[in-house]
Amino acid sequence: MRGFFEYTKQALLVTFSLLVICGLIYPFAVTGVAQALFNHQANGSLIEADGKIVGSKNLGQAFTDPMYFSGRVSAVNYNVYSKEDTVPDVNGETTYGGVSSGTFNYAPSNPELKKRIEADIVKFLDANPGVKRAQIPADLMTASGSGLDPHISIEAAYIQVKRVAQSSGLSVDEVNEIVLANTESRVLGVLGEDKINVLGANLDIYQKMKEK
Amino acid sequence: MWQIALVLLVYLPLVIGIGHYLYHVTMQKKTWLDPVMDRIDTIIFKFSGVKRVDMTGKQYVLALILSNAIMVFIGYVILRIQSVLSFNPNDIGNMEATLSFNTIVSFITNTNLQHYSGESGLSYLAQMLVITFMMFTSAATGYAACMAFCRRLVAKTDTLGNFFVDIVRVTTRILLPISFIVAMILVVQGTPQTFNANETAQTIEGKMQDIALGPVASLESIKHVGTNGGGYYGANSTTPFENPTVISNIVEILSMMLLPGACVVAFGLMVASRRKKVLFGKQGMVIFAGMGILFLIGLVTCYMAERAGNPIIDTLGITQDLGSMEGKEMRFGVAQSALFTVVTTAFTTGTVNNMHDTLTPLGGMVAMFNMMLNVVFGGKGVGLMNMMMYVLLTIFIACLMIGRTPQFLGKKIEEKEMKLIALCILIHPAIILVFSAIAVTTVAGIAGITNPGAHGLSQVLYEYASSSANNGSGFEGLADNSTYWNVTTGLAMFFGRYLAIIIQLTIASLLATKLWHSETVGTLKTDNAMFTFMLVAVVLMIGALTFLPALALGPITEHLQIRS
Repeated sequence: MRGFFEYTKQALLVTFSLLVICGLIYPFAVTGVAQALFNHQANGSLIEADGKIVGSKNLGQAFTDPMYFSGRVSAVNYNVYSKEDTVPDVNGETTYGGVSSGTFNYAPSNPELKKRIEADIVKFLDANPGVKRAQIPADLMTASGSGLDPHISIEAAYIQVKRVAQSSGLSVDEVNEIVLANTESRVLGVLGEDKINVLGANLDIYQKMKEK
Repeated sequence: MWQIALVLLVYLPLVIGIGHYLYHVTMQKKTWLDPVMDRIDTIIFKFSGVKRVDMTGKQYVLALILSNAIMVFIGYVILRIQSVLSFNPNDIGNMEATLSFNTIVSFITNTNLQHYSGESGLSYLAQMLVITFMMFTSAATGYAACMAFCRRLVAKTDTLGNFFVDIVRVTTRILLPISFIVAMILVVQGTPQTFNANETAQTIEGKMQDIALGPVASLESIKHVGTNGGGYYGANSTTPFENPTVISNIVEILSMMLLPGACVVAFGLMVASRRKKVLFGKQGMVIFAGMGILFLIGLVTCYMAERAGNPIIDTLGITQDLGSMEGKEMRFGVAQSALFTVVTTAFTTGTVNNMHDTLTPLGGMVAMFNMMLNVVFGGKGVGLMNMMMYVLLTIFIACLMIGRTPQFLGKKIEEKEMKLIALCILIHPAIILVFSAIAVTTVAGIAGITNPGAHGLSQVLYEYASSSANNGSGFEGLADNSTYWNVTTGLAMFFGRYLAIIIQLTIASLLATKLWHSETVGTLKTDNAMFTFMLVAVVLMIGALTFLPALALGPITEHLQIRS
């Protein structure tokens, strides 16, 4: 019995020591060093334009305007909302329920998946006349895991170029250039996938249009 | 395909290097961190009154359970009152009782099943004091248990090692330094680490975007290093902040593979050191190879299945050259996602970089089967212990076939041990199958299922496999934040962890006190290729016998449905 009490005391004090070391000292040390050395990344790699924060380099955004590239399908609408979305409806529920992340979690066999993709394809073909079904790469019609994916594939960008150019008034060449400038190739030529950053490309379009 | 091979190629030298370091830490030999760490340890031991005396197996288990119980108590209290504590800039409320129970059990058992979403459910203080803290201690606990187990297999006495010394040494010498380095790499790649409140951006379309920040990197690194797997955000490592680039993805993959693999290397060295210095002990190599073969079978299957895509999407007429992209991130693609999926379930981490619910049926089955086997490297420490159960079983079966006395490392395996081994191997499938059966026959259980047809059963099976294997990933469509699911998965995690550890350490204690017999020509060799194949065959056979019926009703049926 004496052993039991002795162990309880030791367990309690060891727990307390580790709580302080792992739960406080460690995260504070990481924060201190990260804030000092990599301040930009440690605060979320935020992008500023016109003196305001317009987003983060690492997070995608929902774009509805035809003059911007649209990104992948998101179950959480990229945490993007307008004022009206925060006003409760008759049931007291808001369209925007606060910051979150995730996906629809539709199994491959779920009929809802087929329905959602088909509806999106029809919508996309309407908005982009001249594009054929077989040209649409799957990444553009499927939901990302996080709902915050900042990238689309290169093909997914190129099939939108014509529409973006027409709606924004920029030339096709200018838009192609923007796509090229925001392309991120595989690391070392093998790791990951070739892709473009949607927010980066759209910010370039935004700036170009302001210059005109 | 090449990128997968490249990652595995980098892994091998890393795991051998860390394995040697681990061996030195465990056996109290000299390491280069000693000058600093000895002082820190001394302060902790003095403060806690730990006397560094060797414990018997029973005392070791008692110390383990007592300290875990105290951690549970402290953690539970913090979750229940987090709203009034400091470091809560986003005004998060207190956590509900059954959810708190589930969360605490989940983190103390190294499972990290999450029925809450971090960005809306936890304050910064709770993320640090409960989640990050428990990620360290649960990993250290599992590892301490494993080393106590291994030491007893090669020793001649049951009185050795002190739990408190082990848990502190593992934390300060292994987990903290590696986590710190990994955290820094992640920050460079773009993972936030700040105490500032969430940011709201004004988009160029005139709308608003909420950007969830916090001390993410410090949690993210130990989450992988300690094979924990609980994400800072709801969508775990799929979110660009937790896993911003393909480099961060590879760093996370390697850090979760590092220590479970290194455990096997360290065990190999412990066995081999009885004779001479080696790079990779033969006995360790045999077990490592067995795990490696099982791992590669799963990896190839999962990659092929995901690469082939979803035939239902093919019928819609769009191109699926990239493979099955639903639930995956563009920056990872199919190759990095499949690798991550197989690693996280084999090494029972439970972190995800794509949503497993949306995996193709066969891809999801690989993930599920890895957790059902629970021996393909497995979690930090406990994976090796589970595999040792199969090693002993294989020896027993093989010796029966050739008519020899079963013996491992000079210790005879007798009736008492075999009974416990059989019990230990059966507990895991019993938890998964019994709980699944209850869930699909009760209203409260069925209420959680969100996908129709065969996949609904897969969701249930996956949840309990993940709980019992202390993995923590999920088919996240499952609506699991209900009293029923919180309590049943909490129990599955609890039994899956502690029953196994207690039985395994009991077996080790029994073996430790046995007489040591020298090997003769008649002894079954356990350190050659033949034994590796025997081991793999026994694992697969038992796995298939227990789980094939359930798998046939779930993922296999779904596969046939979408392919017909």
